[in-house]
Amino acid sequence: MLQVENLHKSFDKFKAVNGAELTVNAGEMVAVIGPNGAGKTTLFNLITGQLKPDHGRILFRGEPITGLPAHAICRRGIARSFQIANIFPRLTVFRNVQVSVLSRKGLGYTLFTPAQRLVVDETHHILESVGLIDKKLYVAGALSHGDKRTLEIAIALGNEPELLVLDEPTAGMSPEETESAMVLIKRLARDQGLTILFCEHDMDVVFNVANRIMVMQHGRTIAQGPPPEVRGNLAVQEAYLGEVD
Amino acid sequence: MIANILRSREFILNLLVLLALALLPAVAGRFYIYILSVILVMGLLAMSLNLLAGHGGTYQFHHAAFYGVGAYTAALLITRTALPAWVGFAAGPVMAALAGLIIGGICVRLNKLYFGMLQISLGSLLWIIVLRWYGLTAGDDGIHGIPMPAFLSTSTGIYYFVLSVTTACLALMYLILKSPFGATLRAIRDNPQRCEAVGINVRRHQLAAIVIATFFAGAAGVLFVVLESSVYPDMLFWVLSLEIFIMCLLGGWFTFYGPMLGAAIMVALRTFVGSTTEYWTLILGVVLILLIFFLPEGLMGFDLRKLIRARRRRAYPSVPE
Repeated sequence: MLQVENLHKSFDKFKAVNGAELTVNAGEMVAVIGPNGAGKTTLFNLITGQLKPDHGRILFRGEPITGLPAHAICRRGIARSFQIANIFPRLTVFRNVQVSVLSRKGLGYTLFTPAQRLVVDETHHILESVGLIDKKLYVAGALSHGDKRTLEIAIALGNEPELLVLDEPTAGMSPEETESAMVLIKRLARDQGLTILFCEHDMDVVFNVANRIMVMQHGRTIAQGPPPEVRGNLAVQEAYLGEVD
Repeated sequence: MIANILRSREFILNLLVLLALALLPAVAGRFYIYILSVILVMGLLAMSLNLLAGHGGTYQFHHAAFYGVGAYTAALLITRTALPAWVGFAAGPVMAALAGLIIGGICVRLNKLYFGMLQISLGSLLWIIVLRWYGLTAGDDGIHGIPMPAFLSTSTGIYYFVLSVTTACLALMYLILKSPFGATLRAIRDNPQRCEAVGINVRRHQLAAIVIATFFAGAAGVLFVVLESSVYPDMLFWVLSLEIFIMCLLGGWFTFYGPMLGAAIMVALRTFVGSTTEYWTLILGVVLILLIFFLPEGLMGFDLRKLIRARRRRAYPSVPE
């Protein structure tokens, strides 16, 4: 479904992504791991168009999307969440998700119909599926950290994506919150047939959830494969996991 | 259900205010009717700016340029051509929106302050053209004694015209802000990056908002021509842009009517305090300082209902957007 080939991106002279390779097949949950500064977030920003790559190719469903603006990539079916909760703080929880649904349906330029009456059922459905329906009238900025992260995923779901890119979905969460967030993500993947690409620091989570793992170091892909294979990979053990008995 | 009742109560309140304003010429003198007309014109201009500043989060720093374009378009068409005045009135907002499309189209490529600085430059270019092109605009003399249709010859006639056009513009703005377009605009204000990532073409959306807002600024410019029968280059000067920005902040730039209230305060200060001392801006300064400290969201941003609800549900305040 998603194919990243020999991708490069540098900031001034620092090579943040330096020849990354990644394959995501339909229906998979793929994790990207690597030490801090390995280029995971930059890689995600390149895939979803927040940044433009220097060279290399990104194919989505066989079509090149390299260097397209973020909104165009989103329209092709890739939605994402960000590492730092990235919501609309002054709007209500309901409106946060509704804006995304309106955008997908191309209703953003409707001028004289009250927004209150549009796409209400779909928005409620999404809020129900992530468990935020009771808080739909709260101002999003006042939510707890965990709820904000869940809201981010709900916003992404409003786009009805085929591929969901999650940049550290459990960053800053307590162990309990992490647990329930991962249960939610797994359930969404199963119920809605989503393909999910995520990066994560918690190794328990990664090896529990992912079908395949890609390991980055210094902007380069050093291994890619199913969890047991990656666990057994010597280069990974040396470079990333440190000394392993 | 409750929302419906609230909405209708708001609607009735609006109708009552409108009725009171419509009946006012029967009791108030000519001077007060004139001042009220000035407030409506400035308020409409400030509210059109607030579409972009408060609701859109855009640094629209030279909004007055478009007000001037609307006014000069109407004035020139009426004085220099044989076309009926109506054509000038209609052409004003359209030309302002066209200027908005061109200048906005250039500025929207930049972000935040850079957007604002570029707009001040381009708007000042318009001001210089109006100031120096004596042959067309009569330069700093301005154009005076612009002939008006018969029904606009009395101050009451002018007042009713200003009141009805302003009401129509505000109704349109209200609908636009409640629409998906407005909701998306506020989402862009809150978080443009997230908007891009949900498939919104942020720059195109902002440009559309600029065209709409400059159209209303042009309408305010035409109303000024109706009210004063004259135009002058200062209408395009950046100081006026700053003044209407202050009106938005003063009244509450996250509210709908805030800028109108701000305009009323500024015009009243200038008229009544300005008649006794030329240092009336000193009072404005003090008011602004107090505002920044105690009511950072403006006078109407202070919402009693919000306060009550926040106390009731301490952890999660919820407000209508």
